[in-house]
Amino acid sequence: MGLVRIRKFSYIFSIILVAASIVSLAFYGLKFGIDFTGGSLIEAQFDPTGGGRPDINIVRQKMEALDFGQVVIQPAGEVGFSIRTRELSTDERQKITAELSGLGKIKDVSANTIGPTIGQELRSRSIWAMALVLIAIILYIAFAFRKVSRPISSWFYGIFAVVALFHDVFIPLGVFSLLGHFKGVEVDTLFVTAILTVLGFSVHDTIVVFDRIRENLTLAKPASPAGRKETFEETVGKSLNQTITRSINTSLTVLIVLTALFFLGAEATKYFALALIIGIVAGTYSSIFIASPLLVTWNNYREKKI
Amino acid sequence: MFIILGILAGYFDIAGSFSFTPDFLKREFSLGPDLQGGISLEYKADTSSIPDSERSDAMAGLRDIIENRVNLFGVSEPIIQVKKRGDEDRLIVELAGVFDIDNAIKIIGETPYLEFQTLKTGVTIEDLQKKQDAQDLAGVLNSFEATKLTGRFLQKARLEYDQTTLESTVGLDFNNEGRDLFAKITKDNIGKPVAIFLDGVSVSIPIVREEIKEGQAVISGNFSRTEAQKLVRNLNSGALPVPISLIKEETLGAYLGADTLSRMLRAGLYGLIGVALFLIFFYRLPGLIAVVALLIYTSLALTLFKLIPIYLTSAGIAGFILSIGMAVDANILIFERTKEELQKGKSLAIAVEEGFSRAWLSIRDSNASSLITSIILFYLGSQSVAGFALTLGLGIVLSMLSAITITRTFLRAVEFKENSLMRKLYGAS
Repeated sequence: MGLVRIRKFSYIFSIILVAASIVSLAFYGLKFGIDFTGGSLIEAQFDPTGGGRPDINIVRQKMEALDFGQVVIQPAGEVGFSIRTRELSTDERQKITAELSGLGKIKDVSANTIGPTIGQELRSRSIWAMALVLIAIILYIAFAFRKVSRPISSWFYGIFAVVALFHDVFIPLGVFSLLGHFKGVEVDTLFVTAILTVLGFSVHDTIVVFDRIRENLTLAKPASPAGRKETFEETVGKSLNQTITRSINTSLTVLIVLTALFFLGAEATKYFALALIIGIVAGTYSSIFIASPLLVTWNNYREKKI
Repeated sequence: MFIILGILAGYFDIAGSFSFTPDFLKREFSLGPDLQGGISLEYKADTSSIPDSERSDAMAGLRDIIENRVNLFGVSEPIIQVKKRGDEDRLIVELAGVFDIDNAIKIIGETPYLEFQTLKTGVTIEDLQKKQDAQDLAGVLNSFEATKLTGRFLQKARLEYDQTTLESTVGLDFNNEGRDLFAKITKDNIGKPVAIFLDGVSVSIPIVREEIKEGQAVISGNFSRTEAQKLVRNLNSGALPVPISLIKEETLGAYLGADTLSRMLRAGLYGLIGVALFLIFFYRLPGLIAVVALLIYTSLALTLFKLIPIYLTSAGIAGFILSIGMAVDANILIFERTKEELQKGKSLAIAVEEGFSRAWLSIRDSNASSLITSIILFYLGSQSVAGFALTLGLGIVLSMLSAITITRTFLRAVEFKENSLMRKLYGAS
């Protein structure tokens, strides 16, 4: 019961977090990877037994001498560098690797070049995917809960689930805009995937609670043994208490695998795992403290009006 | 039965590591370039001159031709796909285990694009003659328009010599379809020029004297002997049905690839162990059963990946690892429900049955929404995202099956001895 009562605090807490995320997004924005902007990324690993990697300043000088416009050089791993430039032709890329091999023994070179059309295409596809997922979710919830229309219509279940989703998406976006600004973490297609997965997972969580509310509503229809019909607020509170262990335990198991992925997994999926971790924590929180209490708030508001 | 199936599947997953495994059971996972190092290229195909109805045919032809070319590398499993991206047709070439990207681009780039063009209506032979005399190459190019006849209909190219000039020429044999197209083009253009374009440049513009029904043509373009030989070789290994241009290239070194693979495997393993410990600690006996079900699920899923086969990338493995976490959810829903029913004072057998039937709705609804997400991602996502969505989606379906069949069978199979110890093991306080 307590979970619904404290809803004012949980609303305020969430509003602060979401507002902070929006402010960070507005000020710092997101740092997009070459997936989205187009460009070239070269990563060279030097052989540790052959003297390791050269000094970064020497590499910088060499790269500037090639005059390929703005070049961003960062250490990568223990023995490597990553070099980011505009979109390079095959010849230009060869010049860079040639310069690098002059500086030390190279063990491994990886290079990506992505044309600007692909970047454009990925951006629009990501937005489409996001919109489609949201619409599909509202429709699915409205459909799955179509038999529940009292005290509030099934459409509101869908709408409040989506309100909770916005919350779950803005928080990882905010964190990544901070990470991008302070740590240079880039947003790539995998990040978009993570956000979409969070959408799926968090709605999964919300649905389980709503499902319990649906069941308890049908049970509560006849007068309860005490002779008094359960209020909607009580039903929601009861349902939350009944599902909270499951919500937390499920999220914990997913978090266990994600933490393993974050600490032990490949470099490529490290921040992907982090985005999922943040989103899933936010999603579990919102399905307990935001989505279901919103049903109560809406119902109370509606009753007052009548 | 499930245990046997699970053990068999598990054996199949690691069959390659045992020496006594018969050869037909030895199948490797197909690993993407990001897990063993390699090259990934994406080309844009210009299909604007091809009618919509023939596009997919042309793209399938393109795929086969590039596959022929790429086989020169001796890669065991080159992945060559054609994809539609909005209005554009794309060709994706992935060569795991190949590291010389420059050579790869060169070999694919040497695939010739051969086409036959006729004069645009309104352009006279005199106009063309003037442009040719003025060496106006762009003007010549603009005087012609595409016909349907391209390298797609080529059956064979031969090295020949012109009897009078002793010049090296290239003889072309069309297939049946190409022969008909060529017959029609020559019939309609008697007395007019037909241009042969190679990679967008006109190499020869002969005047048609009569209809050619035999399906043979000759390119005489002042070739040296070596040039002609090379052209014949390139045409025979396949001429492009549509022109292509490179828009994305990726290479990953072998060292980084192997590192990625071992890290992903380690993450999966530790994740699984963590989940198993958590389940046993929190749910006791049912938790243990869930762990066994989860192990069977994992080995079945991996078998499926090998058999289909699913092309594994790091994003794909991440999707699979995530599905392990999600697979547990169905079990947790069931156990929580069973616990509740026990606390209401129901007998174990009834509580288990009730737990299943009541949890089913939640399992169905919540998995349906995740499945919707993965389907959308699969169709809209880029290469790596689609891989993630595929393993996640398959994982969700398989895990739902594992929860409602495997866990249930096990729970039923365990004798329901109604005593306080058993109730305790099931988590009733």
